[in-house]
Amino acid sequence: MTGRGKVRRLTCIVCPLGCEIEVRLDRGPGGDVRVLEVRGATCPRGREWAAQEVTDPRRVVITVVPVRGGDPPTVSVKTDRPIPKSRIPEFMRALAGLEVEAPVRVGQVLAKDVLDLANVVATRESRSMGRSFGERP
Amino acid sequence: MGTRVEGRRDVVVVGGGPAGMAAAARAAELGLDVLMVDEGERLGGILPQCIHPGFGVHYLREELTGPEFAQRLASRVEDAGVDVLLEAHVPEVRWISHAEKGVRVLSPGFSGEVRAGAVIYAAGARERHRFEIGILGDRVAGVYTAGEAQTMMDVYGILPGRRVLVVGSGDVGMIVARRFALEGAEVVGVVEIMPYPGGLTRNVVQCLEDFDIPLLLSHRVVSVRGRGRVEKAVLMRVDEGLRDIPGTETEVECDTVVVSAGLVPRVEVLRELGALIDPATGGPVVNDRLETTVPGVFAAGNALVINDLVDHAAEQGEQAAEGAAEFLRRGGIPATDWVRLRPGEGVKLTVPQLLSGERDVWIYLRVNRPVRNARLSLRGAGREVRLPVVRPAEMVRVKLMAGEVRRAKVGGREVVAEVYRG
Amino acid sequence: MGVRVVVVGAGVVGASVARVLSRYEGLEVHLIDTNPDVGWGVSKANTGIVHGGYDDDPDRFPLRAELCALGNEIWHRWVEELDIPHAWSGALVVALEGDQRGELESLLERGRRNGVPELRIVEREEALALEPNLTPDVEAALWAPTVGQIHPVRATVAIVENAVDNGVRVHLETEIRGVKVKGGEVRGLETSRGFLEADIVVNAAGLRADELADMAGVEFPRIRPRRGEYWIFDRSAGPKPRRVLFPTPTLTSKGVVVTTEVSGHLMIGPNAEDLPPDAKDDVGNTAKGLEEVWERARELWPRLPSRRLVIRTFAGLRPEPEGGDFVIGTTEVWGFVNAAGTRSPGLTAAPAIALRVRDALVELGIELREKSRWKATRRDIESTIDLSWRERASRAREDPFRGRVVCRCNLVTEREVLEAIERMRAVGVRTPSLDSVKFRTGATSGTCQGSFCRVRLVEILAREFGVPLWGVTLKGRGSEVGVGDVKVLLRGRA
Repeated sequence: MTGRGKVRRLTCIVCPLGCEIEVRLDRGPGGDVRVLEVRGATCPRGREWAAQEVTDPRRVVITVVPVRGGDPPTVSVKTDRPIPKSRIPEFMRALAGLEVEAPVRVGQVLAKDVLDLANVVATRESRSMGRSFGERP
Repeated sequence: MGTRVEGRRDVVVVGGGPAGMAAAARAAELGLDVLMVDEGERLGGILPQCIHPGFGVHYLREELTGPEFAQRLASRVEDAGVDVLLEAHVPEVRWISHAEKGVRVLSPGFSGEVRAGAVIYAAGARERHRFEIGILGDRVAGVYTAGEAQTMMDVYGILPGRRVLVVGSGDVGMIVARRFALEGAEVVGVVEIMPYPGGLTRNVVQCLEDFDIPLLLSHRVVSVRGRGRVEKAVLMRVDEGLRDIPGTETEVECDTVVVSAGLVPRVEVLRELGALIDPATGGPVVNDRLETTVPGVFAAGNALVINDLVDHAAEQGEQAAEGAAEFLRRGGIPATDWVRLRPGEGVKLTVPQLLSGERDVWIYLRVNRPVRNARLSLRGAGREVRLPVVRPAEMVRVKLMAGEVRRAKVGGREVVAEVYRG
Repeated sequence: MGVRVVVVGAGVVGASVARVLSRYEGLEVHLIDTNPDVGWGVSKANTGIVHGGYDDDPDRFPLRAELCALGNEIWHRWVEELDIPHAWSGALVVALEGDQRGELESLLERGRRNGVPELRIVEREEALALEPNLTPDVEAALWAPTVGQIHPVRATVAIVENAVDNGVRVHLETEIRGVKVKGGEVRGLETSRGFLEADIVVNAAGLRADELADMAGVEFPRIRPRRGEYWIFDRSAGPKPRRVLFPTPTLTSKGVVVTTEVSGHLMIGPNAEDLPPDAKDDVGNTAKGLEEVWERARELWPRLPSRRLVIRTFAGLRPEPEGGDFVIGTTEVWGFVNAAGTRSPGLTAAPAIALRVRDALVELGIELREKSRWKATRRDIESTIDLSWRERASRAREDPFRGRVVCRCNLVTEREVLEAIERMRAVGVRTPSLDSVKFRTGATSGTCQGSFCRVRLVEILAREFGVPLWGVTLKGRGSEVGVGDVKVLLRGRA
């Protein structure tokens, strides 16, 4: 690849083919990253993904949240939208102290606008334990 | 739960994971009286512990997390009027006659034998563990299978360790590595014996590269050392023949070793019942109704063949349900003139193993090495398929038309699946 | 005022001593071990074979020779009294060549001298008729019908439970720091839990018996750890022999055994590798050791199953005393009694060793009078897997815990786990461990090696012991299953 700007190489994740993609980019006057050229992708979806990935990579974050008195004692959660990849560790730390009360149902929002990035939504249910911990079922 | 257990059932489904739930729902939707029994405290099999997204893209046309996928199927099971018995173990299925089987159930709520016209066996798989992949050394705390680590973290809320080494770079191994990294543990590496990663590129990028987790190809863990708990793992490089290269031992400090070395279909009950087991799949030999060699006993999901997509497991459940319905309607699956489907060059396994030519059939196969620009030939059926890339980690699924199967009836009575480059 | 006897080492030897002594009026018997549970030292990892008594040369190793044959006889009674899972399968000592046959003759002769009943040499055809999968290279074999097998830890647990029933007190996780001797007499033990007065100290400390003797200032031969490695196959893997198969023995070892364990698994091992004296904890497996076992086993049993059907490898250490014979009886320090140097056939001899210790007490002038009420029997935990289908179902209908299968591979129900926990408590176990449950029920020792049930057991143990889930251990402190709740690291950095 020739021309101005920096080149980044990526392995495409859009489909199992795993094309090796090269993206040439530079910085605009405002410091924003601009894509000049995408090469190596064999489909438009791959080109689109690569451009997004080099300018503003985002991920849906998946984790669990402890449930007080819940059976099971955690619920799995996801962010309701992708968040910037670079902020994932900070996001995880922000959730570290979160604990909710049973019962929890699927789709329930457990935390709103965390770091102004996303809501945290339950993807699994947790029922109230009919018994206190330490008791036999 | 007002579940009725006693009495004779049209169909008993053993296993409440994706395959079992799909089978039970479909069978009930076809008007059959269905009981589904599952060992877990909740439905879903391994889905509730698989909290990452990527489920259901084909089957539900929507990308869901494992628990959400399970929830969808569970609602369908309920709507279809399936009776469900949880915490129920099936140590044995007894042959009574061609038309009747006895499913022996132990559970806190009901223990006894349930008679069934047809049985769909969807009890899933178990994970291969350290002793099966030759990890020697000390018997210490901190060595877990991937699914076990997922259950500890994502169901029970236990963090297994701080410094983690993952053995096996299949999708599950990489996904578990990411889970540890997200929760603040240090993942010191993912070790892969093959010269290429076992799972999808997407997971190499999003699970390993995103978190700067090293991937060590052509390596294996030869031993773990420690007193009470893992203190270190010893790695060795392997050659093309997967043999240890002497002098390449390195020690890695870690307190946890997660073994993600693949799954083995759980077929003890089927084997006891007399079902023929295919050494290539580790699951039962089935016909294109997914009926095992024991009439009236069907198999689906990971108990049939290890699937990499839940979508395929669920699809097999539905097929088995349709097979069971036909069995009950016609008093058996007419067994004439089966065409054998078997793996040939470049192919590790094929399912189903017996084709009737009476209907179109989805065949599933797995290759034994990655090939780009692959040509899949179904010799005997006169069918060729071009595939941009095939990899051992991804099941190939092809629909074979009834007419194509019938072609093989005039020939050698077999269809051989072969994969070539170019 | 009674005589206080402290038995150091709750292995099968110490447990047997405690049980035998629990029978007498006026003795206050204590049993001490550093481990979190009983039977976790030498007793844990061996073949579990109750030997016949033909191996040991009465001229060179008189104690081994006498006590092995006697021990075998006593075990026949103890397994019944104590409901210990066992199999009196008998053994074949296999000779492959002409000169080995000569060895068989001398074993036969030795066995007769040691009073071993029913020994005879069988010729090739008969040996192959008895064990059709035996190597065709067999020339003859010594048939020893009195040989049997037990699960050594379950046996130790059974003995201790019975001893506790008869008043013995157990102190686990208790380290011995010193032996107090005054005026040539034992006075007590310095332990990690304080001073324990004792009139009699019985040294059943296995691999560390020499160290305990040193503390008392008693001469004792050095003990070297001798490692043996083993393979265990899945229950479905065969062919399996019906009898215990030995090669013809060498001077150091009875050789690699091919046997079907009491629990129904094919097992091969052990080799014999002498480790340095300071390697008394090194129970790791090695590729070299395991390969050696595999090759040796194949000489007897050419149709070994595929390695894919191996579910477990493990290693154990045997205490090998300098001089080679057991060291049993009174010493130069009054009240310090040895029951040690228990290399093979230590497990077999254990009950007989216990009788010797009793005799030593008599020798020391302690008057022993049998209790009018002594309970000879103990019942094992009823294993679901051993029941017929009818019994399984009816038990489960009476008791929902019997219907909740925790370990799928070995069909262990929550009832068995709860009973195991109750019995752990009864013998003084304070740290919840998976191994304690495993040894009592078989849970986690099947095909999947616990990948399904370990977490369930952790949940039950945490609940019953009132500890957090991550505080449950595999095998005692320092082997916790987790490091905290799933957010513990993130919170730490918040």
